[in-house]
Amino acid sequence: MSIDRRQFLLITAGVAAAGLAGKQTLSVFAENQARKSDGFAGKRWAMLIDLKKCHENEGCTKCIDACHLTHNVPHFGNKKDEIKWIWKEKFEHAFVEQENYFVPEQVKQKPVLLFCNHCSNPPCVSVCPTQATWKRKDGIVMMDWHRCVGCRYCMAACPYGSRSFNWREPRTHIKQLNPDFPTRTKGVVEKCTFCDERLARGLKPACVESCPVKAMVFGDLENPNSEIRKMLGETFTMRRKPELGTQPEIYYII
Amino acid sequence: MLEQAFSGSKKYWTWLIILLVIIGCGVLAFLYQFYQGLGVTGMSRDVTWGFYIAQFTFLVGVAASAVMVVLPYYVHHYKDFGKITILGEFLAIGAVIMCMLFIFVDMGQPLRVVNIFLYPSPNSLMFWDSMSLGGYLVLNVIISRYTLDCEKKGIAPPKWLKPVVILSIPWAVSIHTVTAFLYQGLAARPFWLSAVMAPRFLATAFSAGPALLILLCLLLRKITKFDVGSEPIQKLAIITTYAMLLNIFFLLMEIFTGLYSGLPDHARHFQFLYFGLDGNYRLVPWMWISTILAIVSLILLLVPKYRKNEKLLIVAAFTVFLSIWIDKGLGMVVTGFIPSPLGYVPDYWPTWVEATISLAIYALGLLIVTVLYKVALSVRRMLKTV
Ligand code: SF4
Ligand code: SF4
Repeated sequence: MSIDRRQFLLITAGVAAAGLAGKQTLSVFAENQARKSDGFAGKRWAMLIDLKKCHENEGCTKCIDACHLTHNVPHFGNKKDEIKWIWKEKFEHAFVEQENYFVPEQVKQKPVLLFCNHCSNPPCVSVCPTQATWKRKDGIVMMDWHRCVGCRYCMAACPYGSRSFNWREPRTHIKQLNPDFPTRTKGVVEKCTFCDERLARGLKPACVESCPVKAMVFGDLENPNSEIRKMLGETFTMRRKPELGTQPEIYYII
Repeated sequence: MLEQAFSGSKKYWTWLIILLVIIGCGVLAFLYQFYQGLGVTGMSRDVTWGFYIAQFTFLVGVAASAVMVVLPYYVHHYKDFGKITILGEFLAIGAVIMCMLFIFVDMGQPLRVVNIFLYPSPNSLMFWDSMSLGGYLVLNVIISRYTLDCEKKGIAPPKWLKPVVILSIPWAVSIHTVTAFLYQGLAARPFWLSAVMAPRFLATAFSAGPALLILLCLLLRKITKFDVGSEPIQKLAIITTYAMLLNIFFLLMEIFTGLYSGLPDHARHFQFLYFGLDGNYRLVPWMWISTILAIVSLILLLVPKYRKNEKLLIVAAFTVFLSIWIDKGLGMVVTGFIPSPLGYVPDYWPTWVEATISLAIYALGLLIVTVLYKVALSVRRMLKTV
């Protein structure tokens, strides 16, 4: 029901935007419009993370390194300016208020991989005053770094702390520049994009590919024969804060 | 009419120059922030809104409070407010401009701010907030300009002005309601997710705003020959009293719901505010000062003998204003982020850059209000001497 309402709002938004902006402005900003790719229609990308497998490889940061290297994520070395697209967090922080008194040490101590949930019902998208963050048809919650005004409303609205803001000039803090991916400017928000640029080339997300124990499964939930669909049907999985109605698309095997 | 702003006593000019110097410092600080990025503020990945957005929120309230003089005068024909409606409207103009500036300096990419209008997004409360604030500014400029103009010419204001004035009343309520919606619609922030937020915003606005107006009127009486008389001031004091009572009532509701339900999501924020959380006591002394000020103000306002004593009324108005400023301008915004959705307890305190820029915006607001009041008073004085 809430999805219907949101869709309705989005349509209203679209109509109003088209009406108010007028043809001319639209053509002037055609470049921006072109960036707003709608993705793969009929698909619904999701990720499953098998933490048991992940924990086999203690201290491994391959997925994090791969992601941050691929996407020119700057490293500031302090918590205040920190930018991260994917990171590890203890269970009590990943699944707040869900820890029982007596839990297996393995669950309690071992980290959980976190990144943007690409929520089906993303609050970050509804609040953005410029549509600089939007939801593609295939479920990816995207960012337009050329349009973002840096109001950080999306960061206030995200219940998962998935978004980072460029508090300082990021370009001087990139360890090793990847010329194939854009860098950002200071004053804009960024986050995981499910490697949309790799998906477009038929590749899997960088983190998935880099994992030596295959703890991450990426796939299309609309396809009943996809590996992720099968696994979701076989094993009990958890999502973060499902009670908020955001419908996260990242599933965890604990 | 505006030429009145350029002739004034030595004191007037000294005051303006002091304000201009502060504004100049703020411009420099802003340039520094602009080139360095918002990293020069105290904000962080976890606390993404801070002092700027809090001042914005507080000042929307001050702007909205003009309705507390406009409504009795135009709807209830309370004639004694005739002299101060214009003061309320001018105060609103100054406050709205400050609000806009606080949003502007908080943007990561301030030069892109037009994107909000190029890609209007009715999904976003920020879109509605900018619309309603802009509209409110226009309304107040039109209303004050025409009333003053007609007063100067000694003619009755045009007929179409009345509906515009009436429109400005619900509009004033809307600006602060929409501002509350900015916060209270976020499922991610349990501290703000409260239906009583908008009503409480209005209650704080309608107590802090009139309290400020009382202080301004008494100040004007002291430094100029302009005296609004004691009747309207007493009326304002009563408005302040009722609104402050409502504010405290709403606050107690919030605290009761948060603490008695024991829902950790809610309770932990209040714990941080009033008792400190995980070693972070940043706001605790402030919140207790705010509480004590609120109690003192209520005693002074509720006992008629005290309220009618203008010296004590000054203290009462000060305590109301300060108590609410601490609550809204320091506590309310930041506490939404502490603890974070992941259960961390980050810290936040404004840096000197934030302080300087904020001070400068307040100075600019004061400058606007000073100049506008000067114009209004000059017109009135001319009328008397002619
Ligand atoms: S996890 Fe946060 S940033 Fe990602 S889609 Fe959900 S609300 Fe938006
Ligand atoms: S920071 Fe950027 S993406 Fe986030 S809400 Fe503001 S404009 Fe939109």
